Amino acid sequence: MKTLSKIYNGLIFLFLYAPIVVLIIFSFNDSRSRSVWHGFSLRWYEELFCDKEILNALIVTLTVAVIATVAATVIGTAAAVGMHGMNGRLRRAMMAVNNIPMVNPEIVTGIAMLLLFAFIYRSTGWFQLGYGTLLLSHITFCIPYVVLQVMPKLRQMNQHMYEAALDLGCRPVSAFFKVMLPEIMPGVVTGALMAFTMSLDDFVISLFTSGSSAQNLSVTIYSMVKRRITPEINALSTLMFGAVLILLILVNVSQIRGQSKAQKA
Amino acid sequence: MEKEIIKLKDIAVSFDGEPVLSGLNLSIRDGEFVTLLGPSGCGKTTTLRIIGGFVTPDHGDVFFDGKRMNDLPAYRRPVNTIFQRYALFPHLNVYENVAFGMRVQKKSREEIKKTVGEMLALVNLKGFEKRGVNTLSGGQQQRVAIARALANNPKVLLLDEPLAALDLKLRKDMQVELKNIQKSLGITFIYVTHDQEEALSMSDTVVVMDGGQIQQIGTPQDIYNEPENAFVADFIGESNILDGIMHEDYLVEFFGRKFPCLDAGFGPKEPVDVVIRPEDIDIVSPEKGHLTGTVTSVTFKGVHFETIVDFKGFKWMIQTTDYYEVGRQIGIVLNPEDIHIMKKSAYSGMFGDYSSYSEEFDELADPEADLVQESVDEENI
Ligand SMILES: Nc1ncnc2c1ncn2[C@@H]1O[C@H](COP(=O)(O)OP(=O)(O)OP(=O)(O)O)[C@@H](O)[C@H]1O
Ligand SMILES: [Mg+2]
Repeated sequence: MKTLSKIYNGLIFLFLYAPIVVLIIFSFNDSRSRSVWHGFSLRWYEELFCDKEILNALIVTLTVAVIATVAATVIGTAAAVGMHGMNGRLRRAMMAVNNIPMVNPEIVTGIAMLLLFAFIYRSTGWFQLGYGTLLLSHITFCIPYVVLQVMPKLRQMNQHMYEAALDLGCRPVSAFFKVMLPEIMPGVVTGALMAFTMSLDDFVISLFTSGSSAQNLSVTIYSMVKRRITPEINALSTLMFGAVLILLILVNVSQIRGQSKAQKA
Repeated sequence: MEKEIIKLKDIAVSFDGEPVLSGLNLSIRDGEFVTLLGPSGCGKTTTLRIIGGFVTPDHGDVFFDGKRMNDLPAYRRPVNTIFQRYALFPHLNVYENVAFGMRVQKKSREEIKKTVGEMLALVNLKGFEKRGVNTLSGGQQQRVAIARALANNPKVLLLDEPLAALDLKLRKDMQVELKNIQKSLGITFIYVTHDQEEALSMSDTVVVMDGGQIQQIGTPQDIYNEPENAFVADFIGESNILDGIMHEDYLVEFFGRKFPCLDAGFGPKEPVDVVIRPEDIDIVSPEKGHLTGTVTSVTFKGVHFETIVDFKGFKWMIQTTDYYEVGRQIGIVLNPEDIHIMKKSAYSGMFGDYSSYSEEFDELADPEADLVQESVDEENI
């Protein structure tokens, strides 16, 4: 029975990861072939790093991810603190509003944002599609993930702790930074990592909101594939897979750390 | 000692349209140990939070040292609070928790070090400076909370059921320690509890509350010996409360018999509530008694037997050191000083009959049960 379940597990993982394994292997293939192995080489990685278009896209992706993460973390944490202070019914309603964008199909979000930006552009001249709109859309879809991670930490916190800080003479703002923030920090960090992963990962929404002046990696790859498929893309995809994998591991580790800390308390 | 330090005038508060406190007037003298005593949900915590600045009353004024302080935010008030569940800062160690208030006030390093040392010595926690607060026992956390509040040198300390989570033995020790601290520092303590024994043994003044209103203010002796109404009589200790009629000064009738008593000042034939404490009743043989009844249950309580006796369908509790078995006929003697007369109130008829008395009442008063209930409530949110 045991061996059977092991084989079964093995098959599942093989099925899940076979495409990625093939991708990674062929990113090191010393030829354009997508079926025959011609020996190990890093030439596609070299070409990748000489490709201006891809390097630009990489810069866009990383800067958008970093700025969106910082903004979404600040806004999301503030929102969670505000929602936590609301009474029960209003808070539940707000939580539902917060959760909808996460389950909403991305394509709907993407098109909706495109329409909104286009509408504002036509009526005011602001928000032409480009880096700005890409960044705004990323901030927007990252916020709910931060709220979702911070909220439970607020609830676990001793509700009188903030009042205790006021009682000892702290002004409200410094009470937040001195006692509340350290308590909810694990949630804030996990939320920020999730936001960063989501932003790196995003394709659908970016496709609609990036315009032609500032494209991130996923959108660039998509347009490259439409023209020609080169092994460069294998190399790029391998790198992106690696980056996201590392981030996901970090998210999990920080979540587990937060949980074991909460259990000790 | 005589100076008035805190005054609540005509306070009213409601939450979501539900009145929680109404017509509350309270004056507290400097250096006094005042206890707010009442059943769960009667508004004790709310009263404390009004003084601390965490609840704004809908109506009425709060005075400190004669100055109105309704609009003074919590962080400027010269009072400190020990919260119902301590609310220590878990990311700071014991030293930093105690130093917190002084750091906010930008006191010098040396002064902080000196005061923290003194405070930890005061609460017997020397050597615990470096410990994380989550590694401490409940009693030790309690001490840290006390040290943290006292390090701020408050004029008034507010304590919200500070001992409720401790076991009985530790609770008794901490009662003595708290009382000693209060005496040696001369600080005003406003202490919330629903444990009447705790209130009676620690306080200079007891404020009995129910339903968002003050029922009686007085010394522990006053409250016990001269309860204002049936609620106070029932809540403080055990009481048999009977319907009576005041015939004239110093003469009351109940159970069809007239008894001499020590109370006066009622109208002729005024209906009254008569309180007789279970420990004041003397049991004699049936023929010698003023009243006779039948024992219906006996419970051994350590110091005494709790004997329930049926007098013509009305059950009394009598505490005796002698054992009277169930079914036995007994007589009782009531001396004038055993009888206390109260005016009729909204609480008349609600308390003081032990017909439905059972062991379960004791369990309801168990603080552990409250805590369990609270955590269940939290999950429901
Ligand atoms: N923030 C609030 N919102 C709504 N209702 C509240 C709030 N705080 C207190 N109440 C209600 O006010 C009443 C009095 O509460 P309070 O906490 O003062 O009682 P308490 O005497 O301290 O009780 P306990 O002994 O259980 O602590 C309760 O009915 C409670 O449900
Ligand atoms: Mg309370």
